[in-house]
Amino acid sequence: MPADFISNLYLFILAGFVGFEVIKRVSPLLHTPLMSLTNALDAIVVVAAIIIAGRHETVLSTTLGAIAVAASFSNMVGGFFITDRMLRMFKTGRPQK
Amino acid sequence: MTSLGTSQLLDFAFIAAVALFILALRWLSSPVTARRGVLAGEIGAALAVGATLLNPELVQYRWIVIALIVGAGIGIPLGMVHMTAVPQRTALSHAFGALSAAMIGIAEYYVGVPHVTRFEMGEISLEVIIGSLTFTGSLIAAGKLQEILPQRPITYPGQNFVSLSTLSAALLIAIALTVNPNETFLFPIMVGVALIFGVLLVTPIGGADMPTVISLLNSYAGFSAALLGFVLNSKVLIVAGALDGSSGFILSVIMCKAMNRSFTNVMFGAFGQVQASAAASTEARTVRSASPEEAAAILAAASKVIIVPGYGMAVAQAQHKVRELYDVLTKKGVDVKFGIHPVAGRMPGHMNVLLAEADIPYDHLLEMDDANSELPQTDVALIIGANDVTNPAARSDPGSPIYGMPILDVDKARTVMVIKRSMSPGFAGIDNPLYYFDKTLMLFGDAKAFVGDIVRELSGGAHH
Repeated sequence: MPADFISNLYLFILAGFVGFEVIKRVSPLLHTPLMSLTNALDAIVVVAAIIIAGRHETVLSTTLGAIAVAASFSNMVGGFFITDRMLRMFKTGRPQK
Repeated sequence: MTSLGTSQLLDFAFIAAVALFILALRWLSSPVTARRGVLAGEIGAALAVGATLLNPELVQYRWIVIALIVGAGIGIPLGMVHMTAVPQRTALSHAFGALSAAMIGIAEYYVGVPHVTRFEMGEISLEVIIGSLTFTGSLIAAGKLQEILPQRPITYPGQNFVSLSTLSAALLIAIALTVNPNETFLFPIMVGVALIFGVLLVTPIGGADMPTVISLLNSYAGFSAALLGFVLNSKVLIVAGALDGSSGFILSVIMCKAMNRSFTNVMFGAFGQVQASAAASTEARTVRSASPEEAAAILAAASKVIIVPGYGMAVAQAQHKVRELYDVLTKKGVDVKFGIHPVAGRMPGHMNVLLAEADIPYDHLLEMDDANSELPQTDVALIIGANDVTNPAARSDPGSPIYGMPILDVDKARTVMVIKRSMSPGFAGIDNPLYYFDKTLMLFGDAKAFVGDIVRELSGGAHH
C-alpha cells in the first residue's frame, strides 16, 4: 500500500466531514443552486484532464483526455454561470430598490 | 525561501483553490452571501486551472485549447437554460462530470499498463465503474426529466435480479483485473458492464423519485472524482470530490426522509408497483368544485393564504401567473406565503428556484415545518399541481403506501382549494382523501389558465 494512500485517506475523511458540516447549514431554499455549485467545483477534475491531454503520451490518452477536458470544463463554465443566474433571482420582500 | 519550484507554485494554487471552495459552500448558507460564494468558487477554479496550464509536464497545448473551447461552447448554453429545465441540466452535468472522471481513469490504465500495480488497479477499477454507471444513469435521468424517455417506472419481472447480477459481474471483473492488471481484454468489458448497469439502475425509477435519484447521482459523481484523486494522487480532486460527494449524500438523505423511504426502497422498490393493492376503496364519493369567480371571492375575503406548489405548476409553466396572483392578493392586504415540501418538483429546491425566477421574495417561501406551524391559522390553502405531499392519508391511514411520509398539513387550513386537471390520480395512483373533505374545493382546469382567470376576477371583476 503506497504511503500516499494513507495521507490521502486522512484528507478525504477530513474533507468529507468539513463538507458535511458546511453543507448541512445550507438552507433548503438554495438546494438547487447548491447542487449546481458543487457540480462546478467538482469540475476541477479538468486539471487532471488537462495533464492527460497535454502530456501527449498516446493517441488514445490524448483523445480521452481531450474529451474529459471538454466535459468537465463545460460543467465548470455552465455550473458557475447558472448558479449565479439562479442566485440573482433570490430577492427579499423588504423594500430596497 | 530562495527559489520556488513550479511544483510548489502549483501546490500553493491548489491549496488556495481548496480553501476558496470551502468558503464558497460556507457562503451559500444564506441568500445574502451566496453570490460571493460563487465568486470565491470561480476564483479558486481559475487559480487551479491557470496553474495547471503552466505545468511543465504539458508538451502540447493544441488539444487542450480545442477541448476548452468545445467545453465552453457546451457549457455556456447549458448555463442559460430556462429555470424549468434546471433538473435535466443538472442530471446532464452529473453525466459530464462522471464521463470526465471515467475517461481519465481509463486513460491512466492504458498509459500505465503493463506497469500498473495491483493496488492502483483496484483503485482505477472502482473509479471507472462508479464513473461509468453514473454517466449512463445520469443520461437516463436527464432523458426522463426532458421527457424523451417515459417518466413512469419501467419494470419487468426479475428486474432486481438482473440489475444486481450486472453489478456483481462488473465487480467480479474488477477483482480479476486487480489480481492480474495485465489482462487488458477484461478492462473494456468491465467498462461496458458498468455502463449497462447505470442504465438498468435508473430506468425503473419513476419521475416522482427523481429528487432522490438526482441527489444520489450527484453524490456518485463527487465520489468518483475523489477516487480519481486517489488514483492520480491529486489532493485538490480528493477535497473537491469529497465536498461534492458529501453534498449529494446529504441531499439524498434529506429527500429520503421527506418521503419516509430508504435508499434501497427508492433504488429497487419502483414506486408504481406498491400501489396496485392500495387503490382499493373506489366507492363513489362526492367532491365540491368551484369556478374561478367563486375561488376569487374566497381568496379576496381571506386574510392569510398559503400556496402549495408542486411539479404540476412547473409543467403548466404557471409560476408567472402565480406571481400575478401573489401581487393582486398582497395589494388587497392578504398575507400570501408559499409552503414548499422538500420533494416538491423534480429536484431538491426546484420550487424555490421557479418562484424566485417569477420574482417572489424568498422570505415568503416557507419550509415544510414553518408552513405547518402557520397552516392552522390560515384561511385558504391553495394547492397548485401538488398531490402526494398534501395527502392526509400519510398521517392517518397505515394502509396507505405513503403512510409516515411528512406532509404539508393543508387540511388544517379553514378552506382548501386544489387546482387539478381532473380527479384522476397521478401515476403513483394514490387516492387523496383531501379532495373529498367538506372544506375542500376542487378547481378543475389547467393551472396556468385557472390562476389567470382568478387574477382577472380579482383585479377587474370586483364590481360587476
